[in-house]
Amino acid sequence: MSEISSSCAPKLPRGVRLQDDKVRGGWCLLGPERVFQLDDVAVEILSRCDGVRTLEAIEADLAETFDVNVADMSDDVREFLVGMAEKGMVQL
Amino acid sequence: MISAKSGDPSESGKSDVEPPLGLLAELTHRCPLRCPYCSNPLELEKRDTELSTDEWRRVLSEAAGLGVLQVHLSGGEPTRRPDLANLVEHCRGVGLYSNLITAGVAFAAGLLERLAEAGLDHVQLSVQAPEPALNDLVTGRPGSLGEKLSTAQAVRDLDLPLTINFVVHRLTIERLPRMIELAVDLGARRLEVAHAQYHGWALENRQALIPTRDQVMAAVDIVDRARESYRGRLVIDSVVPDYYARYPKPCMGGWARNSLNITPSGRALPCHAAETIPGVEFPSVRSEDLKSIWYGSPLFQMYRGVDWLPDRCRGCDRREIDWGGCRCQALAITGNAGETDPACEKSPWHDELLSIAQRESTASTEFLYRSFSR
Repeated sequence: MSEISSSCAPKLPRGVRLQDDKVRGGWCLLGPERVFQLDDVAVEILSRCDGVRTLEAIEADLAETFDVNVADMSDDVREFLVGMAEKGMVQL
Repeated sequence: MISAKSGDPSESGKSDVEPPLGLLAELTHRCPLRCPYCSNPLELEKRDTELSTDEWRRVLSEAAGLGVLQVHLSGGEPTRRPDLANLVEHCRGVGLYSNLITAGVAFAAGLLERLAEAGLDHVQLSVQAPEPALNDLVTGRPGSLGEKLSTAQAVRDLDLPLTINFVVHRLTIERLPRMIELAVDLGARRLEVAHAQYHGWALENRQALIPTRDQVMAAVDIVDRARESYRGRLVIDSVVPDYYARYPKPCMGGWARNSLNITPSGRALPCHAAETIPGVEFPSVRSEDLKSIWYGSPLFQMYRGVDWLPDRCRGCDRREIDWGGCRCQALAITGNAGETDPACEKSPWHDELLSIAQRESTASTEFLYRSFSR
């Protein structure tokens, strides 16, 4: 979980995209033979993964959006991103 | 705290009818390959019965409206359809994730570029074996491995994500380690190790295809180790074979539970082998919209949920894990599609399934190749 660097710029690889699920409501992440139904926090994280912003910048932005300290959420964000990267849904 | 849960409703334990997530669109049964394990039915549908471009566009729109998120453009060989890029563009327009399931041979010039431009999301390319002689023996098309490797390269050159699909059976299962290396060399992000499923042409060829138990166990072990050593680089999905299993698979995630199949002529089915089930009317997208087929047609309700289960299965604590398993396999082995899936160790036919596997896995290896004229 700690092998992720603050300076990396995570992105959704080609073939993975966020899709507004109009029938069920909410957003989902679509990839090869994969559908993930996302909660609100997951959507906020993934929509910032544009391959330009660094993880550090994303975490700062999230902390501001949710009005929490970076230190309180960083582990959860990183664990989530590493887990999605292992499934091939995020590129770190 | 942060959740991205797999969209498969068979994992949620709910028993209400949910909208489908996936659509397998069999655009045509035409194919330049003749693989003896083909999942298409023995009675292949002819070109002049195929849905038109406009009909497919309507069906894709209906699918999106019904809740489908992913469309698998399949066949036969879907690139035989000259309107493929048009259909891919339509998928993108109505918000559907498009996955091309292809053999990767005999492509028209510029086809992949046109598909990429139209918004194709993903390519799944079949490779039958990592060496030319064996690959070409299985496909019945000389030179086809070379064509497939060129297609893989072209997919990567366009920066499209690539999955390699490797159907394993007795002749190819021991080539798995080399196949995994080849998938990595080709730049695939995902490898499907799919054991042949014994329906359609594969059932006809079961004697030539079914692996021995030792081969299956060795392959399971190889997949486990490769998953570990390629973690983060290559995702490996494996479809396990039924004949040596203790429990059935949740076939298609459960009958009419999260996906459906449409044949080239527009028949809507809960799974691609469902046409073997006797005494049922198969709904057609030519005369009914997809929503009424999904929620209302007798075929889709027939084995949906758990109310139809035979007495033997009703009290089983796995009933909402496997949803009764595979109806077409129950039919093929017991003669009754409503029976317990013989892959289950509690089925009276379970021992017979195992003895078929043991007997046939040491039998002849002559193929009956797939063809239109039987």
